[in-house]
Amino acid sequence: MYKIIKKRILNPTVTQMEIEAPLIANKALPGQFIILRVDEDGERIPLTVAGTNKQNGTVKIIFQIVGATTEKLNHKNEGDSIQDFVGPLGVATHIKGLKKVCIVGGGVGCAIAMPIAQAVHEMGGEVTSIIGFRKRDLVILEDEFKACSEKLHLMTDDGSYGRKGNVCVPLTEMLEAGEKFDMIITIGPLVMMKFVVEAARPYGTPVTVSMNPIMIDGTGMCGGCRLTLNQDGKKVTKFACVDGPEFNGYEIDFDEAISRGKMYWDFERHAYEETCNLFKQA
Amino acid sequence: MAINPKKHEMPTQEPQVRSHNFDEVALGYTEEIAIAEAQRCLNCKNQPCVNGCPVNINIPDFISKIKDGDFEGAYRVISKSSSLPAVCGRVCPQETQCESKCTLGIKFEPVGIGRLERFVADWHNENATDAPGKPQSNGYKIAVVGSGPSGLTCAGDLAKKGYKVTVFEALHTAGGVLVYGIPEFRLPKSIVAKEVDTLKALGVDIEPNVVIGKTLTVDELFDMGYEAVFVGSGAGLPNFMGIPGESLKGVYSANEFLTRSNLMKSYLKNPETPIMKGGKVAVVGGGNVAMDAARTALRLGAEKVYIVYRRSMEELPARKEEVEHAIEEGIEFRLLNNPIEILGYDNPDDKFDPKNGFVTGMKCIKMELGEPDEKGRRRPIPVEGSEFVLSVDTVIISIGTSPNPLIKNTTEGLEVNSRGGIIVNEDGLTSREAVYAGGDAVTGAATVISAMGAGKMAAIAIDEYLSSK
Repeated sequence: MYKIIKKRILNPTVTQMEIEAPLIANKALPGQFIILRVDEDGERIPLTVAGTNKQNGTVKIIFQIVGATTEKLNHKNEGDSIQDFVGPLGVATHIKGLKKVCIVGGGVGCAIAMPIAQAVHEMGGEVTSIIGFRKRDLVILEDEFKACSEKLHLMTDDGSYGRKGNVCVPLTEMLEAGEKFDMIITIGPLVMMKFVVEAARPYGTPVTVSMNPIMIDGTGMCGGCRLTLNQDGKKVTKFACVDGPEFNGYEIDFDEAISRGKMYWDFERHAYEETCNLFKQA
Repeated sequence: MAINPKKHEMPTQEPQVRSHNFDEVALGYTEEIAIAEAQRCLNCKNQPCVNGCPVNINIPDFISKIKDGDFEGAYRVISKSSSLPAVCGRVCPQETQCESKCTLGIKFEPVGIGRLERFVADWHNENATDAPGKPQSNGYKIAVVGSGPSGLTCAGDLAKKGYKVTVFEALHTAGGVLVYGIPEFRLPKSIVAKEVDTLKALGVDIEPNVVIGKTLTVDELFDMGYEAVFVGSGAGLPNFMGIPGESLKGVYSANEFLTRSNLMKSYLKNPETPIMKGGKVAVVGGGNVAMDAARTALRLGAEKVYIVYRRSMEELPARKEEVEHAIEEGIEFRLLNNPIEILGYDNPDDKFDPKNGFVTGMKCIKMELGEPDEKGRRRPIPVEGSEFVLSVDTVIISIGTSPNPLIKNTTEGLEVNSRGGIIVNEDGLTSREAVYAGGDAVTGAATVISAMGAGKMAAIAIDEYLSSK
């Protein structure tokens, strides 16, 4: 069992927890993920590591309440424990040698983007951050991004906070104005990442995307997290759990990934509703 | 007394009943049947069956104990050589191992050694009261990577010799392929749990949720004071065919499909982990894993399940007994058929139709057998113009696996072959001092018992290495 040391509500749909897992805290690097099960017979879900505290032996996770499992997790409090917590899995973000980086985060993806922005900043690199949310209530980690970014563009879809528009607006403006980045690192909804790649394409700026496909074991056994990459005109199958989760954005078949992500939509909706009803009764 | 030419039949659940439940298919011998079957053993002097057993169980000895009605005594004989008798009695391919060497088999059916082994192990699990005592510790610490058949065997054998063994398991439950791969109806999970408990009683520690190569590396295990490491990390990533449509919704690897059903218990009524149930299902491949996937799909409520295999029944690599069970349950074998494309729904008028991207069928081509290849298996050749579409909703691809890269990538000096399997010598020693390996991580996908044989061999080698140090 793995104890929840701290819990913080970041916004009505996003929660941060620090979990006691010293072995993982000791190893995890930005870009890597963990897999957890809330309780016995629970589903295994992957969540990207949002930070570690080696001294306390804790790992920070930030999750959006989107389904039955995250709903159950959100009902756990400080002092409670979760059944399983394993990692760090996947390959860490390649930030070595990057001098000027644009970090583009969308929604809860900002939670994963933030430690990468911090790592580049600590390495002495120049960080420009673009973070986007649907509306003001959902904004997270603004101060954290401010602290590690030379420039911060905060966008909301409805203009209720920061600037109105999506993350591609400031990105395109900067690229048009001749800004050169060694790398754009983007994490957020698949559709957003797809458009970030398209925005960068005319300028040839390298784009790293962080994929979050459906996974079970996360260790290179089930193959459920497979993605199709187009490499030099050839279709190649890669596994997000061991080869990723980060990939060259120009190679990813986003349409396929978007479609595969919806495989269990019906099931997930029902399970979520049932879980919510269960908590309402309790 | 004349010898009964046939093995005593294994009582089983009726096919039409069992195809709707996940309970065990074979029910096991009663005491009476076991004694009668044991009496068929000729107790030959040269004991050819023992040589046919990868872990060299003293078969005539345990069978003669059954004859005497001393079932616990029989168990003690088996457990000297095997750490997982209840598992082996169920999943070993005895027909190509011990039973294939049985003298009785020259004229008649061989002795049902596997069935007797299973009987003895089950009898022990039901009736034995005294837990095995913890052996005297010799002070040495050993790390075992993976709790599948090779790891558990290696751990058990070393623990019996007094070593302090810790088994690191990546998943949340111990058992490896015995819990994520082999279905409940062939190997109940309670049996695996019982065998794991027996090892714990011997003093073996099991640490779940530790991925060696990620959470800890092999080198860190040595830093932590482990003096030898056995790597039994299993088969690894599933292979795909490389045909169009393999990423459509409804296409699974057998590993994923079985893991969802077995480990994540999607077969239960209200599972937390989803799985596609019902409809028509095609399983591509002809091994034991393909049979497990097909029979699981049937039990999950499929209206029709096909095994699609590109060679003929003769070349089908699965155990005969599993094939027979599958046929009895109504699985349809589409032999000499090779998939060339998986087809998906695509509504040209509505990009957002929720049915888009789900499997609707699998295009196959008929095959005929040509000349034998270097392994002696006749090579299948496509019959031109014979393409047809099999209407299916789910496709499960079961054409093998490639070794997992996690340990290789994080262990300097660990040599692997061109296919990614860890290279070992005859003792199971790798290119790194004090690092041993066995099972599918070395051989690629093989059987439970051959993995156990490798774990056993490595345990002997580790003991020799540390005692001579």
